[in-house]
Amino acid sequence: MRAIVDIPASEVRSDLTTILRAQGLPAGYEPDPRVTAQGEEALDLVTTLCAPRGVYASLDQTTFAVIYGGQGKNAPETPVAAVYPRADHLALFAVTLGPAVSVRIQELFARREFTLAALLDAAASEAAELAATALERRYVAALLAQGGGKTARKPAFLAYSPGYCGWDVSGQAALFAALRPEEIGIHLRESFLMDPLKSITGVLLGGPAAIHAFWDGYPFCTACESRDCRERIRRVLTGRADGA
Amino acid sequence: MEILQQLAVTLQKGQDSQVRELTRQAVEDGVPVQQVLDEGLIAGMGVVGERFRTHQIFLPEVLLAARAMYAGLDVLEPLLAAAEVPRAGTAVLGTVQGDLHDIGKNLVAIMLRGAGFSVIDLGHDVPPERFVAAARESGAQIIGMSALLTTTMPVMRRVVELLAREGLKGRIRTIIGGAPVSVEFAQEIGADGYAYDGVSAVERVKALLQDVSPGPA
Repeated sequence: MRAIVDIPASEVRSDLTTILRAQGLPAGYEPDPRVTAQGEEALDLVTTLCAPRGVYASLDQTTFAVIYGGQGKNAPETPVAAVYPRADHLALFAVTLGPAVSVRIQELFARREFTLAALLDAAASEAAELAATALERRYVAALLAQGGGKTARKPAFLAYSPGYCGWDVSGQAALFAALRPEEIGIHLRESFLMDPLKSITGVLLGGPAAIHAFWDGYPFCTACESRDCRERIRRVLTGRADGA
Repeated sequence: MEILQQLAVTLQKGQDSQVRELTRQAVEDGVPVQQVLDEGLIAGMGVVGERFRTHQIFLPEVLLAARAMYAGLDVLEPLLAAAEVPRAGTAVLGTVQGDLHDIGKNLVAIMLRGAGFSVIDLGHDVPPERFVAAARESGAQIIGMSALLTTTMPVMRRVVELLAREGLKGRIRTIIGGAPVSVEFAQEIGADGYAYDGVSAVERVKALLQDVSPGPA
């Protein structure tokens, strides 16, 4: 099952609190009113400038094993390596917001609209995450619609991306070769950087919620600042995952 | 001097049009340009940097002040150039080859300019040779490199190695930053410094400049 999906820009609009948090503002802090106004402007710009598109393609464990092996640079033990053999459903995915928002961010810096530029960057990063979540919802809906699923219960999904959790970023090469996200305008540079910048790739792994529970004591976890896997796992284990 | 204190306070509030006017007024009143820069604009940004460091304000507010700083610099820079007033130093900045992420580098550039440095911003996807050539041609004392990808971090090492091969290491100091970069990585590749954010970059660059070896005659 493979599909290209256009996602309404309204679906990737974040909120002021989220982007201010991303800029380091703590809860309860009241920023300068100009910051609040420019934050709202940044959110509006995301809606205007972004043309979110995504592609997903389901695959089996054997095929994914080869892709995941990539260039042989992954950490010796990783969460993905532990989860995917127990997953009932696997799908590669890619989403992008398109190039316009990154161009505008650069223009704003050049025009010395520094605050708006930084807030737009934060809003766009969050929008890319929301686009990935929106794509996941569509994939799960399509999966359920075609009667797929080895289990009677609705599968719980989590996404993993090259460059995180021990999956070396060089894995992008094999992922791109299999998924062909060039069809939605995402290109891979020699450094494995994606163009447009506001793009996300990865694999969706689905199955019983319990397969996603992993220990966060891998060596690379100590260097991880976000630790957002804890919250994502908590959501799937409590049945509150967006795609489940 | 009251007008310079007023200028510094206005800058801290990020009021760019008032900063421009006060800067003009100070110059017209005969205050030496260097003094307007040091005791007005740089003093104001110094307070902003300290308030950021102590979490009294946050990045978007720092950037409002930086915009105001630029408004004042627009008035002063032609005068500084005409009077051949020396700047705090010159830094060549860029995001390394293969990497397009330049938000962090832009913030460092803004903060360094706000601290009185001359900044040559090479943009993103900058090869090692370009960093070194730009620093050599401009007489820069600092090369600042940013990377957001682990795959592009080795370019930083290549810049340090190239400086060494050309006999410029020590004369041109290197400072690195970016999400995957650490002080340990800086030490490993022989870079002279690491900075976590724009404010710490200014502090680190100032410290490095206290310790720059004299170049060949």
